[in-house]
Amino acid sequence: MSGTPVTETPAGADPLVPVLTRNWGAENSWTMAGYEEAGGYQPLRHALTAHPDQLITLVKDSGLRGRGGAGFPTGMKWSFIPQGPTGAGAKPKYLVINADEGEPGTCKDIPTMMADPHSLVEGCIITSYAIRANFCAIYIRGEALHCIRRVRNAVEEAYAKGYLGKDILGKGFDLDIVVHAGAGAYICGEETALLDSLEGRRGQPRLKPPFPATSGLYASPTVVNNVETIASVPFIVAGGSDWFRSMGTEKSPGPKIYSLSGHVEKPGQYEAPLGVTLRTLLEMAGGMKDGIPLKFWTPGGSSTPMFTAEHLDVPLDFEGAAGAGSMLGTTAVQIFNETVSVPWAVMKWTEFYKHESCGKCTPCREGTYWLVQILERMVHGEGTEADIDTMVDICDNILGRSFCALGDGATSPITSAIKYFRQEFLDLIAAQPAVARPEQLADLTGASA
Amino acid sequence: MTLPEGNPEINAPRAVAPAEVVFEGPVDQPIVSPVFDEVTRQRTKEIIARYPQSRSALLPLLHLVQSVEGHVSQDGIRYCADALELSTAEVSAVATFYTMYKRTPCGEHLVSVCTNTLCAALGGDAIFERLSEKLGVGHEETAGEPGATGSVTIEKAECLAACDFAPMLQVNYEFYDNQTVESAEALVDALQRGEKPAPTRGAALTDFRTVELELAGIFPDLPASVAGPSRAAETLRGVELAAERGWEAPATPDEMPAFPALQEKK
Repeated sequence: MSGTPVTETPAGADPLVPVLTRNWGAENSWTMAGYEEAGGYQPLRHALTAHPDQLITLVKDSGLRGRGGAGFPTGMKWSFIPQGPTGAGAKPKYLVINADEGEPGTCKDIPTMMADPHSLVEGCIITSYAIRANFCAIYIRGEALHCIRRVRNAVEEAYAKGYLGKDILGKGFDLDIVVHAGAGAYICGEETALLDSLEGRRGQPRLKPPFPATSGLYASPTVVNNVETIASVPFIVAGGSDWFRSMGTEKSPGPKIYSLSGHVEKPGQYEAPLGVTLRTLLEMAGGMKDGIPLKFWTPGGSSTPMFTAEHLDVPLDFEGAAGAGSMLGTTAVQIFNETVSVPWAVMKWTEFYKHESCGKCTPCREGTYWLVQILERMVHGEGTEADIDTMVDICDNILGRSFCALGDGATSPITSAIKYFRQEFLDLIAAQPAVARPEQLADLTGASA
Repeated sequence: MTLPEGNPEINAPRAVAPAEVVFEGPVDQPIVSPVFDEVTRQRTKEIIARYPQSRSALLPLLHLVQSVEGHVSQDGIRYCADALELSTAEVSAVATFYTMYKRTPCGEHLVSVCTNTLCAALGGDAIFERLSEKLGVGHEETAGEPGATGSVTIEKAECLAACDFAPMLQVNYEFYDNQTVESAEALVDALQRGEKPAPTRGAALTDFRTVELELAGIFPDLPASVAGPSRAAETLRGVELAAERGWEAPATPDEMPAFPALQEKK
């Protein structure tokens, strides 16, 4: 894809479209009473009158794409689950929710589960019905303990109301949901590593194919979806696919929670139609903190190549971000001002990938280790010009050479930083300062504050 | 050239059976440490029963072990192995993979300071350094007698998914948002005095072992802990701005729309 594709927000959609976040302000938004007052569990009643295949078609028609980063069409993923009395279709099917939010910058699923766990639970019931699953696991990051409590409580309330368990609402459909706590491993956000972890193993990715749709949890057909994706499902049932498509763009429809963090006046969660620009988001967030200019930002977490002030008008949908050389990822918009040293930031991110590499694939395990060695040496004032080429070369040997996307993600900050800020690396190497803290790099980075 | 007499079999050194090794018999004590009492055993059964396959219970069981011991010991590993009919090697492999399983006894409180890029740039590194200097301990070390009141373990944590509240930290996985060096220092002072300051988001502060029990899926008092606050200005920024400016999502139809027609299977 080249150039910036034409992506327009359909006329009529406001700059912010609270759908998932709409009820977050209510004091009791997380309780069954609060959720039902706002119309909750009516979509479930409606959905259970449909044939499961009609729900899959509905979600396909809505154009909903996975909110966990990859943007895979959700309805299509569901339709890959083999159905029927023989072969793989005869095996039990599973729904697994990926709530292992940990990509640096990403902080949308945690507030969702805290404020509105029932939309996730209702989404799980509708989705399980659509794919004919009778067991669903919600795998929540262990450190997100309060979300675990909120979701567990929502599940118990749903059992008490007859929305879970045997013969749900008298429709002959059975479903059990288990809320499962992780134990601190970023890699478990990768769907096959998550499945291994849920099976009680080290969280290491599996080679694909076979894909989870045919051979997932316990080698059975499994759908793995992100929290925000599944929490959108009740709203799509209630509003229909045309309504959902009245927000966002043709290929990336719907609302999306953008998480703004870093050097902005009002960091937080902003639910906008897909395709909004950073310029608009920044205006809504009160601009850059203390007026210090923007230097670099990530459109969707640290694994998405960074952008600079040149990219303020890139439409933040799947096509727009990719067209400008990055990825939409999780719409975790981390914003850094001119006081932050790019080589330092890249070093910190690379230390993260090194720590979180599961060690299964050599290029990622060894590559991230050596990249950290080079970057730490450089930031501590002993870099050489050859280091830049060495890093690019190492990245080239990691990218696309490991089972999962962690290794690929580790290269994104480095290659994009060298692309936009090569001179800053060279200046740092030439100046040979011994620094440990970003503010001390102010002279080098030309900060005006 | 003279060839040796006989044939290779005859000339080979006489096969000698290795000396018999006598392994000590079973030690006259329960295989599983008595620290895992009847209540823990009942909880173990309850956890295993939740899953279609028992091994899926391993992560929760390791959390359960930590709730009893304050870390995962060799006894804890053996306990999980026995409960799930796994080898201790299989359990060890899992226990050592995940950051939240501690291999040495943890303090009454675990303070996790986010030092990932964004929090670090906004002050997270400075917070960790100050706490480390103040307590005289480093990453994953404990100030005070582990488990005793006021003992504190500190760790550098990776992104804790609260970036809009940066810099932030967690105590026993409850969120303490928008920290400064001073506020973090005051928080740790209070913990050391045996106080339990309330988190910004999360339940009333308990201790490391209690939250580990919750992570195992056993909630001693869910109605109380679930009600801990979660509302925060940052979380509601978009919602409130939309209300202020009169922005909203397109209206949904009055009646839920009919489903698309069922397609004929090809």
